[in-house]
Amino acid sequence: METAQDTIQQTGAKAETSKTFKGSGSQVLLNGLIEEGVTTIFGYPGGAIMPIYDALYDYADKLEHILVRHEQGGIHAAQGFARASGEVGVVFATSGPGATNLVTGLADAQIDSTPLVCITGQVFAHLLGTDAFQETDVINITTPVTKWNYQVTDAKEIQEVLAKAFYIAKSGRPGPVLIDITKNAQLQIEEFPEYVKCNHIRSYRPKPKVRVEFIEQAAALINSAKRPFVLFGQGVILGKAEEEFKAFIEKAGIPSAWTIMGEGAIPTSHPLNVGMLGMHGNYGPNVLTNEADVIIAVGMRFDDRVTGRLDKYAKQAKVVHLDIDPAEIDKNVKAEVGVWGDCKETLPLLTNLVNENKHEEWVAKFREYNQQEIDQVITSELYPAGDEMTMGEVLRNINEICGGDAIIVTDVGQHQMVACRYAKFNNTRSNITSGGLGTMGFGLPAAIGAKYGAPDKTVIAIIGDGGFQMTPQELGTIMQFGAAVKILILNNRFLGMVRQWQQLFHDKRYSFVNITSPDFVALAKSYYIEAAKVDERANLRAALETMINHEGSYLLEVMVGRENNVFPMVPQGMSVSEIRLK
Amino acid sequence: MSTENTIEHKIDKADLEGKQEYTITVYAENRIGLLNRIAIIFSKRKINIESLNTSPSEIDGIHRFNIVIHESYEVVRKLARQIEKQIEVLKVYFNTNDEIIWQELALYKVSTDEIAERVTVERLLRQYGASAVVIRKDYTVFAVTGHREETDALVKALEPYELIEFVRSARVAIIKDSAGFHEKLKEFEAFEPGEELVENEFLDKGQKIFTM
Repeated sequence: METAQDTIQQTGAKAETSKTFKGSGSQVLLNGLIEEGVTTIFGYPGGAIMPIYDALYDYADKLEHILVRHEQGGIHAAQGFARASGEVGVVFATSGPGATNLVTGLADAQIDSTPLVCITGQVFAHLLGTDAFQETDVINITTPVTKWNYQVTDAKEIQEVLAKAFYIAKSGRPGPVLIDITKNAQLQIEEFPEYVKCNHIRSYRPKPKVRVEFIEQAAALINSAKRPFVLFGQGVILGKAEEEFKAFIEKAGIPSAWTIMGEGAIPTSHPLNVGMLGMHGNYGPNVLTNEADVIIAVGMRFDDRVTGRLDKYAKQAKVVHLDIDPAEIDKNVKAEVGVWGDCKETLPLLTNLVNENKHEEWVAKFREYNQQEIDQVITSELYPAGDEMTMGEVLRNINEICGGDAIIVTDVGQHQMVACRYAKFNNTRSNITSGGLGTMGFGLPAAIGAKYGAPDKTVIAIIGDGGFQMTPQELGTIMQFGAAVKILILNNRFLGMVRQWQQLFHDKRYSFVNITSPDFVALAKSYYIEAAKVDERANLRAALETMINHEGSYLLEVMVGRENNVFPMVPQGMSVSEIRLK
Repeated sequence: MSTENTIEHKIDKADLEGKQEYTITVYAENRIGLLNRIAIIFSKRKINIESLNTSPSEIDGIHRFNIVIHESYEVVRKLARQIEKQIEVLKVYFNTNDEIIWQELALYKVSTDEIAERVTVERLLRQYGASAVVIRKDYTVFAVTGHREETDALVKALEPYELIEFVRSARVAIIKDSAGFHEKLKEFEAFEPGEELVENEFLDKGQKIFTM
């Protein structure tokens, strides 16, 4: 491993030979994980990773291994762990099907910038390319969906590669890394040097030295603005810059809206938090995007679900874009000033240079639009007049019970948009959802991981009846390891989001969205998980309280209206200012 | 796009939106799998690679890729950013044809009898600057180094005379204004990034638009 060797040399760190370790590649891998501060591993054994599992047998006191029921569940759990804790999630899987089952989670983690280190077993090096049992070309399969990957065929590479993997996964714009280790390397006995963490790779620059002139240009633009508008994304959370961000918007008095990945970076109740951007976002933030004169984008990437039709997006505005990934600046929306850097460093510099301001009239405009949305959409969603329960009222009850302190993990679809719209968050790292990839089946395993990542928090997994049926096997993981996850199934007996589109854009031709479900309560109970079902509003509040106050895991199925739609909505191909309230 | 020595460059709307040939130069670690990682950046966007060459660079251990594509400035700029984002890639430059010196090598196998009998063939070969690499009783192999039009023109000219085999290499290109990678490498190897390193074109917009 030439490059990793170089890395170690370039750090100037001396590999001390005094603390050498004689053992197998598997043991030195586990030692390295401990050195990197890993405590929890989500995984599933198999033939090609057996030596690592054999070594793991002796590490039970140092490394907690959660046996998932499917590798996809394992990687989503690791994602949930990483998102809740801010640490790197670690996954073990075997070769072949074990490794290919990771692909959805890798793609999800790649697009949502989630730091992961995945270890896969591989057939013996001498069998590579022979179509051996459970051999797949994992490196090439995972190349487009990893920040970095590497195949280890010699145990002597393991330490350097592992150190590099952790450094790459969590530095710069975080992302998933995969290390594929052939079985012979896992078994190989060597005398290993002391583990040295990686903090420099010559071909990799996780963040630049901040250039003050661009901060000055950005500040000048912000200070000249009459209607400035901040759009923030997960970059604020990934950069652990929540306080710096709050200080910036409070000093400059700029209304701020979030992408769903950025939700919770500042509390829902913050007076400058004007709500959600994008397709099912709030009315004001969408409409006023096309009225702002300066847009300050912080750690967000102008995804098409946020921008709607790009050639009618914020054309009047000058854009300041703060991002750690230079490839994001000028990618979808041209920036007047691109501030490349870690927002933990750039935001305080910017805060220093911006004038104190309040922009009262401008902020009031957001409130006016919000009032219209309350009148036309939100009230009937949160306090429905009809007999059918709405997803919104379930969320309102959760807010009232938890007060905004729970971690809400969602799956994908209507319930996800409703949860992001209506859930209240007091704390960062509390909204965990599959944003970029939109992975149905993410919710349940991610919630399990989130509970390990934040054991003191109430973790509520909100999942649709469709998404739940994609990864229900992870109830087995809860059964065996006892993660106290509250599972809330919002059942509308439809694949609701697809149905909504079919209603609005395909003449109500409901093509294969009518999905049936098993008896979820019986299913949960077969896994020895307490469960209940509510189909009347009268029982909703008490049922939610029972679920949340229950000591262990609990599944609650709530029957909601079949054909409710999520509004507002920016129809695909339309401008954000053409957002529909109904 | 060229290196930091180029200050002036005329850039009009046609340059930004119109497609033209760009040569992308990638300095990277020599690592198994990196070629695939770079190639899929193009195929993901359904962009055809016209020519691809990997070779050593002026620095021991650092590889240099030359990739030729026919695209607009905007597309090439975004591709370059995505390539540079790969962990083992040190630096990416992209240039129009007037900013580089480039060559391709072509080999032509023709029947020796035809050559011997037809004086015109010999004249053709002289005219196109070809050199004989192998001469056997049955066939002769000629080589031509030059631009695409030159090597293509000889193919056309040889067609009537039994061109048995033809092959052309990928493009290799030298950037006119490049001072080489030695100084840049020192910055990359330094633990703390310097000012020079963090330069890139959007940050320097308005001043040195073609500076990376």
